Amino acid sequence: MHETFYDVMRRQGITRRSFLKYCSLAAGALGLSPAFAPQIAHAMENKPRIPVLWLHGLECTCCSESFIRSAHPLAKDVILSMISLDYDNVIMAAAGEAAQAIIEETIEKYDGNFILAVEGNAPLGEDGMYCITAGKPFVDELTRVSQHAKAIISWGSCASWGCVQAARPNPTRATPTHKIPGIADKPIIKVPGCPPISEVMTAVITYMLTFEKLPELDNQGRPKMFYSQRIHDKCYRRGHFDAGQFVEKFDDEGAKKGYCLYKVGCKGPTTYNACSTIRWNGGLSFPIQAGHPCIGCSEDGFWDKGGFYERLSDIKGFGIEANADEIGKTAALIVGGAVAVHAGASVIKRIASKGDDA
Amino acid sequence: MAIIETPNGFNLDDSGRRIVVDPVTRIEGHMRCEVNLDEDNFIRNAVSTGTMWRGLEVILKDRDPRDAWAFVQRICGVCTGTHALTSVRAVEDALNIDIPENANSIRNIMQLSLQVHDHLVHFYHLHALDWVNPVNALKADPRATSELQQKVSPSHAKSSPGYFRDIQTRIRRFIESGQLGPFKNGYWTNPAYLLPPEADLMALTHYLEALDFQKEIMTVRTIFGGKDTHPNWLVGGVPCAIDMDSPGAPINMERLNYVRSITERTIQFVKNVYVPDVIAIGGFYKSWLYGGGLASQNVMSYGDIPDRANDYSTENLMMPRGAIINGNLDEVHEIDLRDPDEIQEFVPHSWYKYPDGAKGLHPWDGITEAQYELGPNLIGTKTNIERIDEGGKYSWIKAPRWKGHAMEVGPLARYIIGYAKGDEYITDQINSTLRALDVPLPALFSTLGRTAARALESQWAAEKQLYFLDKLIANIKNGDSSTANTEKFDPSTWPSEIKGMGFTEAPRGALGHWIKIKDTKIENYQCVVPTTWNGSPRDAEGNIGAFEASLLDTKVEVPEEPVEILRTLHSFDPCLACSTHVMSPDGEELANVKVR
Repeated sequence: MHETFYDVMRRQGITRRSFLKYCSLAAGALGLSPAFAPQIAHAMENKPRIPVLWLHGLECTCCSESFIRSAHPLAKDVILSMISLDYDNVIMAAAGEAAQAIIEETIEKYDGNFILAVEGNAPLGEDGMYCITAGKPFVDELTRVSQHAKAIISWGSCASWGCVQAARPNPTRATPTHKIPGIADKPIIKVPGCPPISEVMTAVITYMLTFEKLPELDNQGRPKMFYSQRIHDKCYRRGHFDAGQFVEKFDDEGAKKGYCLYKVGCKGPTTYNACSTIRWNGGLSFPIQAGHPCIGCSEDGFWDKGGFYERLSDIKGFGIEANADEIGKTAALIVGGAVAVHAGASVIKRIASKGDDA
Repeated sequence: MAIIETPNGFNLDDSGRRIVVDPVTRIEGHMRCEVNLDEDNFIRNAVSTGTMWRGLEVILKDRDPRDAWAFVQRICGVCTGTHALTSVRAVEDALNIDIPENANSIRNIMQLSLQVHDHLVHFYHLHALDWVNPVNALKADPRATSELQQKVSPSHAKSSPGYFRDIQTRIRRFIESGQLGPFKNGYWTNPAYLLPPEADLMALTHYLEALDFQKEIMTVRTIFGGKDTHPNWLVGGVPCAIDMDSPGAPINMERLNYVRSITERTIQFVKNVYVPDVIAIGGFYKSWLYGGGLASQNVMSYGDIPDRANDYSTENLMMPRGAIINGNLDEVHEIDLRDPDEIQEFVPHSWYKYPDGAKGLHPWDGITEAQYELGPNLIGTKTNIERIDEGGKYSWIKAPRWKGHAMEVGPLARYIIGYAKGDEYITDQINSTLRALDVPLPALFSTLGRTAARALESQWAAEKQLYFLDKLIANIKNGDSSTANTEKFDPSTWPSEIKGMGFTEAPRGALGHWIKIKDTKIENYQCVVPTTWNGSPRDAEGNIGAFEASLLDTKVEVPEEPVEILRTLHSFDPCLACSTHVMSPDGEELANVKVR
């Protein structure tokens, strides 16, 4: 017998009324109108838990760590009541042969009906032996499991883009999921970020369970609901940018007043993520709010796009008019020294004069 | 091989049945372990292999040293931040930058909250299932569980029979659904599990409570660092400016109140849940005192948590520093991380090569060149390892040694050193724990001792977090709101060739980064991390490392279900992404990268 989310809540003494209230809150958390609450309720009441195989390649486990920090829903409720996390080598009780047997069993029992979640990526160098599982290359396991999955979630910037181990000169030939030779032709949902925001991770799962479909993706494969606007577009310090009020160096008067961090290197203008809307750790803060420039950790190749304290310049579509797909294809040009100062200064001048006009 | 005795005093016999555990799960990263059992199922030979490698040190070459913290922070997302802190300290050491007192307090609060978080998550979510049987918890009487809870920790509010009944019902429905999730294929009928059902239910309940609570602990770091996992750091201080009267300052009264609230709740959770659970579970397992290994011989800690800013002397570090050799607790040796003759890394059994293969190298002079080759007695192929040959190269981990000695690092090492030095707080904690369990001092040198030290240290760390919050507020009250020294932030002010080193005590143990900077770019970056110490393969002399030593002479009840191996390996909280991040070139253009 399958246990549904609703069963669990009922058995814990939660009334139907409270359950429906939960569903409205869940709709709100997903940015949906309360009209969607009945749909969520229906999903919660009727669905068995979908099996998830969460494989780890070369990574640092920051995605898993982020996942367990989810405030709504709690990681506990995702694991006990929404999905069946049958394989995840970070938390699973089983080890060695007993662990590997789960992969075979899942493929046999749920062929085409489980989700493959990938954290980290596979190195192709040294015949794949820079990442070994059960004595064999991780890449072999990944490609094999992918053939039997319903869909693939690429958690974080490692699985989505390659991230730090793929930064120049990428010594292990670390390769993101969608570029692995032999990976199955299955839908791949990229959830980039180093790590992704906790509540974004759980929302992607909840969305799929609730609406029985993949979230709408942009042309790079990211859920539009979280990755189609720049951090800059919704930044609470945007007013200071527009007014030409900047932090010139850390801990100066501008820093204490919460001015814009653009001049100390903020990558918010070229970074597509939900940090300035959803924020982090239950909506508590995000890097810019705590005084550090955005380093652009959800962008492809962000490690190789210049120093984190060098300011962006010559950005096409610097305003709010360009869409995500256009900007995503345009690598921001980052330069140092006098050119940057000049370019930066002219941008500021333009903005300052715009401010005067207003 | 017949029986051989290693120079560090362990007998190895590889003639018996070989057991392989791969993957070792509930760790960070990828690891394999092989052991030989004798006729009575005692482990007589142990081989631990790091099975991943990423190459961050070469990726760092020619980068801006001010950015290095972000790269090395991604060595590990579990001990998130500790590499970043080590990195900014190394760069500040090279540039002679003094950081403001407030930055020191904030960094300490962040580092201490990591200690607590990492230890708590380790115990409940990575380690507990080696001791706690969730299936057995279904047999518990909720009323008796409630009585047990009130006896073990009278101050913990969640202790009613109804509360335990609800949790048990939820777990029952979960297990009866047939979809066991993370509990699937555990060794739940193994006689090595010794807890009565009530203790299993209590511990499992706290597994869930801790999963809910751990996310609160880290919000402290979101306040100061903007996000967690992977908060932000800054060479010269911290990025979060303080102004108690500005509407836009990252840190104001509300934020400090938030930190206080979380810190106080953290102290309560550790005191009322974590420490009592470890002592209660320890009580049922106190006849299982395997796993000591190097702990009773050689342990080391670099020390951490400077009380005053910029003073990294032993006296100013609140976490103990020093080394103990051959189990002589009467003498704690000073350590010098800059001395080329003290810390050296060896590679005869690692997948790297040196020009002079047997010689060890200090991190400032380290060479990192890959050589993935397997020993002649391997069973299997290069891409299908069935039985590793520990006589040849067998791990992506190097073998660091201190003055030639294999050392154990980590919470137990720190606690042994603190005890040997007569640290009052640590000594009291150890003595009261030994009394509570009614075991003698040598019981400390064990798998259980390692697990207990981690819990005790969490209590210490949570309380010190409050100490530094008070210190931060007192300093602000005295008129100092400075958080960053930016005098040397501009690289044009830097000398052309400099070098530095930074150290911390990561949750898993001693961590050091060594950096050389040339013409404002990184010329060389080397990290020697806790799991490199603990998980090291053999060195040129044949000394075995802490993981391998700790497994020897342990009885495995059911060879097909080696929960005892997991129990002891987990007690170190292995972090393989940390230990095997070091660079090895992949063929062509990097074939001979020499990192001097």
